[in-house]
Amino acid sequence: MNDYRIKGRGRVNPNRPVRFTFDGKTFSGFEGDTVASALLANGEHLMGRGFKYHRPRGVVTAGSEEPNALIGTSRGPGRFEPNTRATMQEIYSGLTTESQNKWPSLKFDLGAINDRLYMLFSAGFYYKTFMWPKSFWDKVYEPFIRRAAGLGRSPTELDPDHYASRYLHCDVLIVGSGPAGLAAALTAARSGASVTVVDEQAEMGGTLLSEPSPMIEGQPAWDWLATTLAELAGMPNVRLMHRTTAIGYYHQNMVGLCQKLTDHLSDVPADAPRERLWRVRAGQVILAQGAIERPMVFDGNDRPGVMMAGAAQTFLHRFGVKVGNRPVILTSHDSAWHTAFDLADAGCKVAAIVDTRTDIAPALMQAAMSRQIEVLTGHTATATGGRLRVKSIRVNPVRGGTVGAARTIACDAVLMCGGWTPSLHLFSHTKGSLDWDAKAKAYLPGHKTEAVHIAGAGRGLWGIAAALEDGAKAGADALRDLGRKAGAATYAVTGDRTGTGITQKELPTDRSPGSAKAFIDFQNDVTAKDIRLAVREGMRSIEHVKRYTTNGMATDQGKLSNMNGLTIASDALGKDIPQVGLTTFRPPYTPTTFGALAGYHKGSHFEVTRKTPIDSWAAENGAAFEPVALWRRAWYFPKAGEDMHAAVNRECRATRQSLGIFDASTLGKIEVSGPDAVEFMNRMYTNPWAKLAPGKCRYGLLLGEDGFIRDDGVIGRMRDDLFHVTTTTGGAARVLNMMEDYLQTEWPELQVWLTSTTEEWATIAINGPNARKLLAPLVEGQDMSDAAFPHMSVAECTVAGFPSRLFRISFTGELGFEVNVPARHGRALWEKLMAAGKPYDICPYGTETMHVLRAEKGYIIIGQDTDGTVTPEDAGIGWAIGKAKPDFVGKRSLARPDIVAKGRKQLVGLLTENPKTVLVEGAQIVLDPKQSKPMRMIGHVTSSYWSEALGRSIAMAVVEGGFDRMGDTLHIPTADGGSQAAKVTGCVFYDPEGDRLKVE
Amino acid sequence: MLLINCPYCDDALPELEFAYAGEAHIARPADPSKLSDEEWRDFLFIRSNPRGLHAERWRHIHGCGRFFNALRDTVSDRFLTTYPAGQPRPDVTKLEAAE
Repeated sequence: MNDYRIKGRGRVNPNRPVRFTFDGKTFSGFEGDTVASALLANGEHLMGRGFKYHRPRGVVTAGSEEPNALIGTSRGPGRFEPNTRATMQEIYSGLTTESQNKWPSLKFDLGAINDRLYMLFSAGFYYKTFMWPKSFWDKVYEPFIRRAAGLGRSPTELDPDHYASRYLHCDVLIVGSGPAGLAAALTAARSGASVTVVDEQAEMGGTLLSEPSPMIEGQPAWDWLATTLAELAGMPNVRLMHRTTAIGYYHQNMVGLCQKLTDHLSDVPADAPRERLWRVRAGQVILAQGAIERPMVFDGNDRPGVMMAGAAQTFLHRFGVKVGNRPVILTSHDSAWHTAFDLADAGCKVAAIVDTRTDIAPALMQAAMSRQIEVLTGHTATATGGRLRVKSIRVNPVRGGTVGAARTIACDAVLMCGGWTPSLHLFSHTKGSLDWDAKAKAYLPGHKTEAVHIAGAGRGLWGIAAALEDGAKAGADALRDLGRKAGAATYAVTGDRTGTGITQKELPTDRSPGSAKAFIDFQNDVTAKDIRLAVREGMRSIEHVKRYTTNGMATDQGKLSNMNGLTIASDALGKDIPQVGLTTFRPPYTPTTFGALAGYHKGSHFEVTRKTPIDSWAAENGAAFEPVALWRRAWYFPKAGEDMHAAVNRECRATRQSLGIFDASTLGKIEVSGPDAVEFMNRMYTNPWAKLAPGKCRYGLLLGEDGFIRDDGVIGRMRDDLFHVTTTTGGAARVLNMMEDYLQTEWPELQVWLTSTTEEWATIAINGPNARKLLAPLVEGQDMSDAAFPHMSVAECTVAGFPSRLFRISFTGELGFEVNVPARHGRALWEKLMAAGKPYDICPYGTETMHVLRAEKGYIIIGQDTDGTVTPEDAGIGWAIGKAKPDFVGKRSLARPDIVAKGRKQLVGLLTENPKTVLVEGAQIVLDPKQSKPMRMIGHVTSSYWSEALGRSIAMAVVEGGFDRMGDTLHIPTADGGSQAAKVTGCVFYDPEGDRLKVE
Repeated sequence: MLLINCPYCDDALPELEFAYAGEAHIARPADPSKLSDEEWRDFLFIRSNPRGLHAERWRHIHGCGRFFNALRDTVSDRFLTTYPAGQPRPDVTKLEAAE
């Protein structure tokens, strides 16, 4: 095993072997290996299958841009992750991994039949292949696409890990820890600025990890790296974060970081967060993200063993792994020549260096000659051989634009380099402009929108000396912009391997380009031919070419493919590259887990649950709960053997016959106080308030300025200058916001203060013919007789010894009171009332019974019987409008033409022909159930219940011109194709005279 | 996440503390009954929705609770300035000259 490991090379720890599995087979590597480097050390290049054609695929890169080597990783139930890049996943003892997109096995995959059916999958195949016959869509095409779509398989269990998040503020944030990033960090840190350096790799150093040979400041590169990291780590103002990806660059220098904490550990500490999301607000940001190598585009460039030359160099130096024994270099850039030399020096037989250029630096030619490497300049590559691993490459000379005779070179790896693309994804997130640099043949940063500096290869610079110098300068620039003084340090570098190169479209071939599988986007299986087809079929904008071919739309966001796709599209369009433009990079830079983004906001922390002071009693007494806005409310209180229906019927009966008790604490409460309180109330609410005496209360209706109902509630006048306003449970915050808005911005002259008091009070509603009998003995400070305390009264008194605001109001139609006591006394009062109510068989009831009782009386619920298009007249509560008032919020709108027009939907009652039928809330209403579909719908059911008091079902509905349809029969079609008939009535189904409120 | 300067707290604070509240400088008419249907419609519904500089209202809802106005570029999301409710819209040319 580990036949391809070179002793004494690399930064892995040979004394710490690590065993892991891939597709069930055990492999061994060393501590410091990634899955990719460990598999390569074992001679395994085949790591996956293509997305569309299921062609065998090997690892292409050594970094986060990897398009092919996507694996599933697992460490037990719920901890499976698909599409992890094998080049980024560190191995640990016990790691379980699997390949994707294959069946039955990676080496023999039936899906590879698609490779023979490639004509079906050309550009835009989504729009072509599955169009006809139409009847095939549901049964054939969609299931097929759904099964075939996507990479990997989704985990099905709940993720048991937890994820952390933090905020961070620093003077300078540096993304990337290569030579440019480190030089910037040194400059900034030595000035005393607070500096954070992040790098997505397990180890800091960037390019230096793959380039040990140069000398920096008289030290070998790796010694300099160690010295530098030690200096930075020793400074209290520096934070170094590895395994941390800057995923997005947001407004005002906020950068999102995702830090991986446990995915490399064999033994994960209990309760350790798996990842941590950082929101960093930086004074200055320095992007030193380097550059990404471009693949060569030629037939068969996706065969396992064909990979980036720079990746081979990384595997060699960082991991001590040779990617093959007999590599061929295929390049148009000097950098790959050095890879050839390093591999030759490490004992590989480099079969040839094939360069598309003819003009090569003499020093390189000499270096190749001294190593007895054959050099083929001015050549193209036209095919590769091999099935699960490349065995040969076919190369041809190109002379004067003509492709000459082919020659096949045996090899076990093809290391390609088609130039380098500055990595400017994060810069793109800021909407900074990218300008085409004709000399560098690359997009380079132009206009900046944030306090950002780009350093090193990201600016198209090449070589370690240049990167160090540029990084130091970026550090100094950032300090200058922070108002600090700094000089940029200089670095002496020897043995630097600078170079140049060119970029190009797909390589010329002597064969039919139409049958070439020359891949651009390995992850989405897009070929050069697809791009040209898209242009032929009329795509002109690069954005359209991208979407039509899906080039660059896979999880790597085109890190490898965008520039090749753009180059070929611009050639097909006959335009220069800058005229074709660039597609937009968007966050995240690399795929990010939902867990990291959700952080702590999951499970019970996803949303707060508000509980009333009486909630604990309800829980102890077996209540079923339902969520209402953010509250959890007691829904009903089932006794043994009761279902909801039985429990609600019993609660309704008990309340109507004797006594019910209900926790109404969730009602919104706002105190409106001040000398102008009554004027404010007059302007906000539809009702008149001037004549409401202290000690009285009134139903209040709140409209929007558009005239539609927004909220309602009973409002008590405690004093001349103090109103106790109640709102709907869900509306409290909205109402307060609306009140504040008018008070602050429209009527700042009013002397009024608004205070949210929802949570200051516990509110208990007592309803039923025995309500007064229960309360009267417990009340001190208020005569409870009907004469002294009539319906719609409010008083400050004590109830069972607790200070209280006592309302005589009813949302049930029964004699009713609402007792407000300071929240801390809520449960004690409840228990005292329960005890005192025993003689009356007091019955606690929940929200469902509350709904039934109010519906029997036709009391509306805002948001259920209204939907934001209902006026007071529509809802039949025009009586709540103070007609004499000159103005209130929404008044003018009540005279708008559409509001006074005929045929508006109006709230009416419905009684089903079959009294046992309870309509479905939300059901649509039609005049003629036999009409053809689509039927004309004239309204819908808003509330529908079984009424125990009436022994039949009742419903409310909004119906076009409903008030003029009294007595008409309407029809409510049902899902099973049938229909239910119902008669239009008024909304008050029970005790229409209101006699029950007047119990003596 | 944007940083928004609350003119009352005189501090740049995270967007999470604020709530957007629509276009600024649309005063509620003193006597709505005097307005024609068309004028009232325009007051209710017609907003400028510009590409570029927009005067808009924000509320420091999880802070001091006060409403204020802002000039924001709807293309870049950049706030040019914020100012207390009731103050006139600042002169942009002066703002840009001061930068």
